[in-house]
Amino acid sequence: MNSAQIEIQLIASVVAIACAIPGTFLVLRKMAMISDAISHSILPGIVLGFFITHNLNSPLLILLAALTGIITVVLVEYIQKTGLVKEDTAIGLVFPALFSIGVIMIAKNANDVHLDVDAVLLGELAFAPFDRLLINGTDFGPKSLWIIGTILLITVTLLIAFFKELKVSTFDKGLAASLGFSPAIIHYGLMSVASVTTVGAFDAVGAILVVALMIAPAATAYLLTTDLKKMLLLAIIFGVFGAISGYWFAHWLDASISGSITTMLGLLFLTVYLFAPNKGLISVMYREKQQRIEVSLLTFLLHLKNHSEESERHVNHLNEHINWQKVRSKVVLELALKNNMIHIDNEIVSLTEKGNKFTTQAIDYIITNEDAQIEHMKDDFFLFRG
Amino acid sequence: MEKKIAVKVDDLTVAYNYKPVLWDIDLEIPEGVLMAIVGPNGAGKSTLIKSILGILNPIAGSISIYGKPYEKQRSLVAYVPQKGSVDWDFPTTALDVVMMGTYGSLGWIKRPRQKEKKTALEALEKVGMLSFKNRQISQLSGGQQQRIFLARALVQNASIYFMDEPFQGVDATTEIAIINILKELRKAGKTVIVVHHDLQTVPEYFDWVTFLNVKKIATGPVKDIFNDDNLTKTYGINYKVSIQE
Repeated sequence: MNSAQIEIQLIASVVAIACAIPGTFLVLRKMAMISDAISHSILPGIVLGFFITHNLNSPLLILLAALTGIITVVLVEYIQKTGLVKEDTAIGLVFPALFSIGVIMIAKNANDVHLDVDAVLLGELAFAPFDRLLINGTDFGPKSLWIIGTILLITVTLLIAFFKELKVSTFDKGLAASLGFSPAIIHYGLMSVASVTTVGAFDAVGAILVVALMIAPAATAYLLTTDLKKMLLLAIIFGVFGAISGYWFAHWLDASISGSITTMLGLLFLTVYLFAPNKGLISVMYREKQQRIEVSLLTFLLHLKNHSEESERHVNHLNEHINWQKVRSKVVLELALKNNMIHIDNEIVSLTEKGNKFTTQAIDYIITNEDAQIEHMKDDFFLFRG
Repeated sequence: MEKKIAVKVDDLTVAYNYKPVLWDIDLEIPEGVLMAIVGPNGAGKSTLIKSILGILNPIAGSISIYGKPYEKQRSLVAYVPQKGSVDWDFPTTALDVVMMGTYGSLGWIKRPRQKEKKTALEALEKVGMLSFKNRQISQLSGGQQQRIFLARALVQNASIYFMDEPFQGVDATTEIAIINILKELRKAGKTVIVVHHDLQTVPEYFDWVTFLNVKKIATGPVKDIFNDDNLTKTYGINYKVSIQE
């Protein structure tokens, strides 16, 4: 690896971390699309800032562009509040309008700068190491690394300071308001961080990838954990994984780095979606299959409980009585035997004491939906896990 | 002796998109009552609570908690929102949700520590949910989720409790457990205000009642004003309930 390669991976990783933090809260607040809106509508802010400062890396430009991001959020909320259209429509109205203003401004006035629509949408990470921070002739590394690094530092500081406030206002806005943590302040604080991060990351990775880096790692983490801190940490790890693996994928394909990073994040989500232990597709399918068998088991046990006459409980007659196919009866019978819920005597099936108790409790639970007594059953049976 | 007034609402009007949902409400809630707010859907019951708590901005009127504006009296007030108002898939545990009740006394930036954790565990024990403390909140039943919310309000150790439909979607055992805790709170001199739907249980559970339907219809002791006349005025139809003596 040469130093440019290391620098590109470093920039991509820092961008990924800076995006994953606000992204986690956007996902939890069901506001993922707002990041899409911000990432597009900051364009006029960037162009305007460029006209004023003539410097794509100026802090003023970043602030101006971030302000456009906040204006986007305000406009979306204003349109939504009229009650005439829903939030998604409001987003769809606001950001193309602002984005197109930016596109026209570039076309009319900024043909000679490297701001072009391609760079805006996809960014060009490969060029990032060429733009160096030089102070008195000393090379301090790529400028974009300093910009996004500063933004990350601010984001992390705010996250640590206001973690509790972010958590409570995301989970329960009403409680946050009644406790005196103004949800509006926290909301616009988060939106400001998301906007500033987007602007900082924009030059390096473009408008589309910023969205991918904010949403995909957080959404992937959401499938894996039930703890907010772990979700943040996982989102960061996934973001960095996507950044580095995407870089090498692009290297191997000789293709766009930002495109490859987005692809890797998509693949990562797909993998987790399929294989996640609780919320994953395969696990859900397995659980549903087990639940079906358990319902059958319960039906079978209930039949035994309700029929004292031996004719109803003869092994050979079970199929007819409960109207099941052979295979299914065999699975159910074996499950019941394995759990010591029945015993078979002279081909006559009877409930054991354990089986009897289990049936009573299970039926009780299903009727009353009170789960205090069946807590111990949750470990063995999917049926009772809600 | 005249009782102290815990909550006073004067000329309160609240509107959504210029359509009034509460119109010129005057209300005095005496200290130490267990009060139900009843009224049909859309009567503004939740809106009334949310306006008192400063979550909604009224277009007119004033509210005071023990004679001062709510902003100055936050520490005296606890709030249990409707269970359906939050996302129960949020990645957090029962204990963590209860800890949120301590955030108000902590203020900005400061984090909960052992002392707050201890208070939260005690509250969980009180609502019979201690063994569920590390359970992810989506893995709790509706009744258990409501108990968690109640525990969260208990850790606030407030003087006035506002609860928005705490009995909605809970099983009978939880309902009894909750009402017992509310009665205990009243016994301890607290004021408890509950948005309530089940008219049948009003005389059994509450000692004070407010009838609301955009305007205030009546407010006072259950034994004096919980009658067919007020029910009919509130619900519009000829309403009859049998009140057990």
